[in-house]
Amino acid sequence: MARMKFLCDADRCIECNACVTACKNENEVPWGINRRRVVTINDGEPGERSVSMACMHCTDAPCAAVCPVNCFYTTQDGVVLHNKDLCIGCGYCFYACPFGAPQYPRVGNFGSRGKMDKCTFCAGGPEPAGSAAEYEKYGANRLAEGKLPICAEVCSTRALLAGDGEIVGQIYEERVARRGYGSGAWGWQTAYDEDVKADAGSRSGG
Amino acid sequence: MGKLKRRVRLVLTAMLLLAAAVPVAAQTAAQAPAPLDANTAAVTEQRLLQRHYLIEGRGTIADTRSYVIEQPLGRLWRMAQSVWLRWIGAAVIIATLAFFTVLYFTLGPMRIEAGRSGRMIVRFSAFERCLHWTIAISFTILAVTGLNITFGRELLLPLIGAEAFSRWSLLSKYAHDYSSFPFLLCVAVMFLLWARATLPTMVDVRWFMEGGGMVGHRHPPAEKFNGGQKLLFWVAMAGTAGVALSGVFLLFPFYWSNIIGMQIAHVAHALVGLAFVATVIAHIYIGAVGLEGGWAAMVSGEVDLNWAKQHHSLWVEREFGQGRGANPPAGATTTSP
Repeated sequence: MARMKFLCDADRCIECNACVTACKNENEVPWGINRRRVVTINDGEPGERSVSMACMHCTDAPCAAVCPVNCFYTTQDGVVLHNKDLCIGCGYCFYACPFGAPQYPRVGNFGSRGKMDKCTFCAGGPEPAGSAAEYEKYGANRLAEGKLPICAEVCSTRALLAGDGEIVGQIYEERVARRGYGSGAWGWQTAYDEDVKADAGSRSGG
Repeated sequence: MGKLKRRVRLVLTAMLLLAAAVPVAAQTAAQAPAPLDANTAAVTEQRLLQRHYLIEGRGTIADTRSYVIEQPLGRLWRMAQSVWLRWIGAAVIIATLAFFTVLYFTLGPMRIEAGRSGRMIVRFSAFERCLHWTIAISFTILAVTGLNITFGRELLLPLIGAEAFSRWSLLSKYAHDYSSFPFLLCVAVMFLLWARATLPTMVDVRWFMEGGGMVGHRHPPAEKFNGGQKLLFWVAMAGTAGVALSGVFLLFPFYWSNIIGMQIAHVAHALVGLAFVATVIAHIYIGAVGLEGGWAAMVSGEVDLNWAKQHHSLWVEREFGQGRGANPPAGATTTSP
């Protein structure tokens, strides 16, 4: 099975926030929660770059490692999901996540954050795929319908790529080679360190 | 014709002016830096990660925490939370328990050497005992629920299943947050009540030099609180300050700090908490097991006179000096010592 990954080509991102809006709409994300957001680095200076960031679905996910109730699991597609019925809203996943992906419906004083919510790679949750319960808790399960995440689908400049990590990485590599510059596959080193190293190893070996 | 002449003159003048201007333009171009290529000069992730602990930018949503786009330090905190804390915690608690188990079976509990006199002396008032037990109960809740967050996933979850463990952990989270308030309040009152009596004196130096009567069979004099108790009191005060300060950061996340501050507060809270648990294990051993007749001080509030003379000789002298003697045994007719 394909190993799903996100890649944001910051040299193409125009900070239109379509990915953010589409995500909120597709998954009926509650008010105050942003599963995806766009952040601009060096805003207003020459060479500023905008990056669209959400859960990167890490290979060895830190959130899963620190969760006191062990509510995370990784699907066969390499998508990191969690069980909201088990989540106690302790906030530890947010401290561990390198990308600030976990979101909480409430502010969190006196430990009342509520159940954590995050990007599911449009792959729902532990409930039966396409069920009403799954939609209510986790939003759409587009992956089960054979579709890719809506954020990448709507991206007008094709900055945000989602899908099989190998293909996505290849597209980015070709782009960088053709145009002669690239600000980097944001978060890949951190999220897929193991994969990136294995990939480099196999390439230098072959 | 005049029109044409005028036009030629205009063009010639323009060319002349241009010819004069070109070298000037070329000069300025030579002085100015090469034109900036915004694409190659653009920020790269690699460079930012080398320079900063976290990559931060500007976002458009209300949640300013989301402007931090990457914080690779999360991996370090993950190691601290899921590996180091578990090992350190297990080592500290097992070592403490082992130490006192060995102590119990080798040295054994300290007996009242003169035997029980049957005459009791008031050691702690009802208020003091109430304070102590409120702290004890809230501390136990805090310790058990705190340890659950660190060790529950490994120890308890496999036993009771994911759903039961989740319900229990949610309950413990709230219990931990709310029992911190009676704990803090009572420790503050205890501080006001006992801070004066627990200030170290030369008597305590001697007490420590003679091993508190544990080693050998001499009993160094002590006031109402001996050196060990004073040490416990100030360690507990420091521990409370530590957990309270770091705990307030955790209770109101991101009010006064960014993500790095939260991670530091968490690890500090856990480490101070573990040291506190180890300290309290020692306290429970001495209070309940290690010292014959000591338990009564915090239960009924009265201790046997011989116990008091053995462990707190100066305090007994002062109590008698103030005319507050020991209660006579039941059936006795005289009250003078």
